Amino acid sequence: MLMNSRASSAPGKQAGEAETLVSLENAGIRRDGRWLVRGVDFSIARGEVVTLIGPNGAGKSTTAKMAIGVLKTDEGKITRAKSLRIGYVPQKLAIDWTMPLTVRRLMTLTGPLNEAETTSALEATGIPHLAGSEVRHLSGGEFQRALLARAIARKPDLMVLDEPVQGVDFAGEAALYDLIRTIRNATGCGILMISHDLHMVMAGTDTVICLNGHVCCRGTPEVVSQSSDYAKLFGGNARALAVYNHHHDHTHLPDGRVRHADGSITEHCHPDDGHHHGDQGHDHHRHDDHAHHHHGAHEGEGSRHA
Amino acid sequence: MLDDFFIRALIAGVGVALTAGPLGCFVVWRRMAYFGDTMAHSALLGVALSLFFEVNLLISVFGVAVLVSAMLLLLQRRQSLSADALLGILSHSALAIGLVLVAFMTWVRIDLIAFLFGDILAVTPADIALIWGGGAVVVAAIVWLWRPLVASTVSEDVAEAEGMNPARTKLFFMLLMALVIAIAMKIVGIMLITALLIIPAATARRFSASPEWMAVFASLIGAAAVIGGLFGSLTYDTPSGPSIVVAALLFFILSLVPAFGRTTSERPANKGVRG
Repeated sequence: MLMNSRASSAPGKQAGEAETLVSLENAGIRRDGRWLVRGVDFSIARGEVVTLIGPNGAGKSTTAKMAIGVLKTDEGKITRAKSLRIGYVPQKLAIDWTMPLTVRRLMTLTGPLNEAETTSALEATGIPHLAGSEVRHLSGGEFQRALLARAIARKPDLMVLDEPVQGVDFAGEAALYDLIRTIRNATGCGILMISHDLHMVMAGTDTVICLNGHVCCRGTPEVVSQSSDYAKLFGGNARALAVYNHHHDHTHLPDGRVRHADGSITEHCHPDDGHHHGDQGHDHHRHDDHAHHHHGAHEGEGSRHA
Repeated sequence: MLDDFFIRALIAGVGVALTAGPLGCFVVWRRMAYFGDTMAHSALLGVALSLFFEVNLLISVFGVAVLVSAMLLLLQRRQSLSADALLGILSHSALAIGLVLVAFMTWVRIDLIAFLFGDILAVTPADIALIWGGGAVVVAAIVWLWRPLVASTVSEDVAEAEGMNPARTKLFFMLLMALVIAIAMKIVGIMLITALLIIPAATARRFSASPEWMAVFASLIGAAAVIGGLFGSLTYDTPSGPSIVVAALLFFILSLVPAFGRTTSERPANKGVRG
């Protein structure tokens, strides 16, 4: 499982002299006189997993779009490998329901595929039975799986995944992160991933880039999680949490009841309580370093101006 | 056979409907109904300018439609007003300016009703050649651009990231819209062109399992509406455009009746199957 993060992200996966797929030099984008991101510097090599983390509004999606040429830079330079084949899972995708689009048809959106390629990609993401379903009938998690399958089936040189597991249930989340890593190992593609789900993502990553309008810090997950910039960005507990970072607004009492941030006590916690994952919310308490849970500490995403 | 004005109208109308079907699907999918309306309304300005400068009607209408859509895109980029408000301003201003200009030109006699609502009597063999020639160009372009058009309708970002050029696709789409408006004007009239684009496409939605089938069905349903509407127009001496739109509306209402519409696309979702 990806949860044993430190072991699986040990150095040695570093891409070394592998071919550079994309490199950003001092790249920035300005809108209405404000810099969304500025001075962004990094590169992705073949076989490398780079993860962008950062609070809301840190410019993660903007940076990813800049890297793949969807947004043009106002400053700096982006170099992409020749005839770079990209597979892109955007953060949001609103398909008008008036378009009759099955999952099978979605797969061939930007290029032809044969039936075998379609099927094996759908099998990899666990939704082969949904091939004939209309996209608009899918749940959020199923839709993410379909988008991921589509990106995989393209056999890209570079996969760009903007919060690829949003809406996926907790068990599925770990499996999909595993799948992403497996694909990297099998095809040697580069992966640029965006997440604010630190505890999961840092595990399978070679390089973490901590973003907040600019690059705050970077390095292996170990290096980043120890850096003071990271601690500033994600709150004081982040350092103690090392590669785990978990926030709750409620406490599980010994008798199974739950105390919420406002002091109220209920029989169970609710889906809208802080950072539960789908309906399998309690699974995450099987972490081996349980002691590091700081229930009630509500930092991280909210502390962008730290 | 082409001597008969009614046969001419049928051939011309079916040509327009077959062309409008696939394009209408994109108008629906991209939520551009009002945009299409704006382009169509600007056609009257094109008519007025064509009379004033004595240039070809088709070229003038096409040019003005392209100009208005370009203006709209530029104004949208400045983001001073919502797209909705901008469309409202441009749509009705273009129509009003067209009407005012026509009124000024007292030396030309112009059948305004024919331009606004279509006129089956006005269809000449030359019009038929134009409609089928222009229509063939439009359909060929849509087939050629099909994958990028569908992809950028679903997501411009994905299309762009994966090596397509959505900006260029959009430009082609605008040009095709302008061309269809120019050739459809005589049959359905300026006020009702968008209806011929949207209603058959919306009707086809119920029966279609893929974007491709929806485009084909929209063409066929549009053609049926043209035939029905023109017969009605002949029988009851009503203007051709409104009669065609009423026929299309009847098909749409029929498609809403559950017994007709139950197809693959309406199958209950495969929800909850996954473990």
